[in-house]
Amino acid sequence: MKCNHACGSQEHGLARRSFLGTMLGAGASAGLGTLVRPAAAEELQRQQKRVLVCYLAGGVSQLETWDPKPRTDTGGPFRAIPTSVPGVHISELLPHTAQQMHRLMLVRGVNTNENDHGKGSYIMQTGRRREPSTDYPYMGSLAARLLAPEGAALPGYIHITPGGGGSISAGEAAFLGPRYAPVVLGNGNPPQNTALPDAVSVTSDAARQSLRRQQDERFLRRRRTALTEAYTSTYDQAAALMAQREVFDVSKESEQDHERYGTHDFGRHCLLARRLLENGVTFVKVSHSNYDTHNENFNFHIEQLGEFDRTFATLINDLADRGLLESTLVLVLSEFGRTPRINHLYGRDHWGTAWSIAMSGCGLQLGGTVGATNDNGTEVVDRQVDGGHLFHTYLRALGFDPTDQLTVDGRPVQIADPAAEAIEEVLA
Amino acid sequence: MNTAPDSAVAAADPTQAHVAAEWEHDAPLINCRFDPTGRFVFATSEDRSILRFDVESGQKFVLETQETWVRPLVFDPTGETLVSGGYDGRLVWWSAAAETPGPLRSVDAHDGWIRAAAVHPSGAQIATAGNDRIVRLWNMADGALVGELAGHEKHVYSLLWHPEGQFLLSGDLAGVIRQWDVASRQEVRTLDASALHTYNGGQGVDYGGVRSMALSHDGGQLACSGLTAATNPLGAVNEPMLLVFDWQTGELKTTHETKDKLKGIAWRVVYHPSGFLIAISGGSGGGFVIFWRAGEAQEFFVHKLPNTAREMDLHPDGLRIVTAHHDGRLRISRLDGKPNEEEATS
Repeated sequence: MKCNHACGSQEHGLARRSFLGTMLGAGASAGLGTLVRPAAAEELQRQQKRVLVCYLAGGVSQLETWDPKPRTDTGGPFRAIPTSVPGVHISELLPHTAQQMHRLMLVRGVNTNENDHGKGSYIMQTGRRREPSTDYPYMGSLAARLLAPEGAALPGYIHITPGGGGSISAGEAAFLGPRYAPVVLGNGNPPQNTALPDAVSVTSDAARQSLRRQQDERFLRRRRTALTEAYTSTYDQAAALMAQREVFDVSKESEQDHERYGTHDFGRHCLLARRLLENGVTFVKVSHSNYDTHNENFNFHIEQLGEFDRTFATLINDLADRGLLESTLVLVLSEFGRTPRINHLYGRDHWGTAWSIAMSGCGLQLGGTVGATNDNGTEVVDRQVDGGHLFHTYLRALGFDPTDQLTVDGRPVQIADPAAEAIEEVLA
Repeated sequence: MNTAPDSAVAAADPTQAHVAAEWEHDAPLINCRFDPTGRFVFATSEDRSILRFDVESGQKFVLETQETWVRPLVFDPTGETLVSGGYDGRLVWWSAAAETPGPLRSVDAHDGWIRAAAVHPSGAQIATAGNDRIVRLWNMADGALVGELAGHEKHVYSLLWHPEGQFLLSGDLAGVIRQWDVASRQEVRTLDASALHTYNGGQGVDYGGVRSMALSHDGGQLACSGLTAATNPLGAVNEPMLLVFDWQTGELKTTHETKDKLKGIAWRVVYHPSGFLIAISGGSGGGFVIFWRAGEAQEFFVHKLPNTAREMDLHPDGLRIVTAHHDGRLRISRLDGKPNEEEATS
């Protein structure tokens, strides 16, 4: 299922991989499927709900994070520690996060039954299994479509990655169209091509834009179409984004905050995430890499979680202190967990059968756990859920009815998987 | 300490290496060490136990189970006292040679894992180190803290006392080896073993480190073990490697690798009294005991083991090697008298 573009083509290939190049396609995709109840969407946009996802790429170990099993054959070398919630223990690798447990909800009964990186990632971010005939939008694209204010200068879905250049991941938006695709900030750098070239002064750029507008208006007087309007508005959106380029400049944050978040990349990226959320970006995903620890699982989890723990705890605390946590859904996700069995390399392998995620904010019930695994973590024994249940829960927390439908190609498509339902215990 | 009789040393022939005995445990093993007398071999396991095997009979005794995994095992020179270091940061003294070994004393020694321990040649002090990056010195007799050595920026993986007792060496994840004058608590010099470390930007991980150190019996060379060619740290794609430094100058003299690019980590290196190097390699390629001659980059013999190996020690007689394995077995390999096929099957 592809996006129907205003130009009438089935697929509007991205002319360039740059952000500005993509804006044309984005503008042209605005006329596709809409919410059945647009008034509800407008109300949600007014509430300014936001989403923050910390995506621990490669598959973080549930045993070294949210569901430790010390003193068992699968527990490994780490101990469990108490948290700010009496009776709830997590891995000793998360001492700072443990002090934020009253602001977290752990879902310990996740069974996605999927051990493939790509398929697991798809399930956790679309709430559905991949189907040959249909691509469903990622949570970030859906949030950008449903929550981001119309005409916002900033992208609705921003993905901060550990490295690489900036780009647009058009596929994540699926039938919503590339307008709702994530703008990828490689290593937290601002979107590409949003700064004036050195050779162009502000004055000369203003003159240049004025000339362009005159020509556009002259052209539009004779040939006004949806496509030409989209073309024109794309320039206006790009100009608005360029005017807000400072929003992406994390160096504007205080030295003290840089120190609190950590001087490593993940710390800087999470500080940028806070800055983006405060400036109205609807959905921010921060990826932290890499947890695919087939070898030396324990050494690498010390290293990776050593970065994650203090930074994440600081971010949660800041969101709460600034009054943002009530309106921001926070998720800590991976594509799957890791095997309870420790392999011959001191590693843990892929495991989608019994693992955990963490949630916070947005009016959820916090300070507890839902679901449970058995004594050594090999199976779910209470309140088993999959990606569909989680997706329903996210949407409900954001104020949507997951059974609402989008109209795509003239046919209704339920927002979340019809075969699943929300985890009611987590919802307030 | 070289206690091997000359005749036994002369009889050691790595090309004759063969597994002579296997002792089972019901959980994967982590570490193994002979006591200085050679009467017992001690091992640690993923079930948090410390095991003692009688070398002659193979009889197993399970010491009190610990809170978490145990890594370093060291002894006083008599072999009467064992000290273990846990991943809970705790040091425990044990009556190693008693009929029923039990704990004598414990000390909360470090914040996080203890990865390495080493006993002073006199037996008076024990040095320990781990994830808190501090090297600490303890009085062997009463467990009192007697000193700290700070300076490492990464986890400390290995420790080694110089046999004359003045210097302590500590090696870390980044491949930094610091030489300390223990009396003054001053750092004397650093050696660059960074060839044993890699940072993989794509995976965002540090990997490698100085997994062990050994000084040649003539005191002239320092060998360090670890890994190289780590193209995929998370997938265990790497090869064992030794670096050998001239002790006096600190100059890198030899880089030892394997002809067939075996996959694994050189968990430990020791010098045989005859002068050749012995390393244990375990990893995605399996388990191997690898033998190099001093100054020769490539090995002269590889003893393949039935299962991946995680640690190794050389018996005081110079003829037996014990290896700890993921399949829960301790294996004793002999370096002499390999039985021919008829003898082996009769």
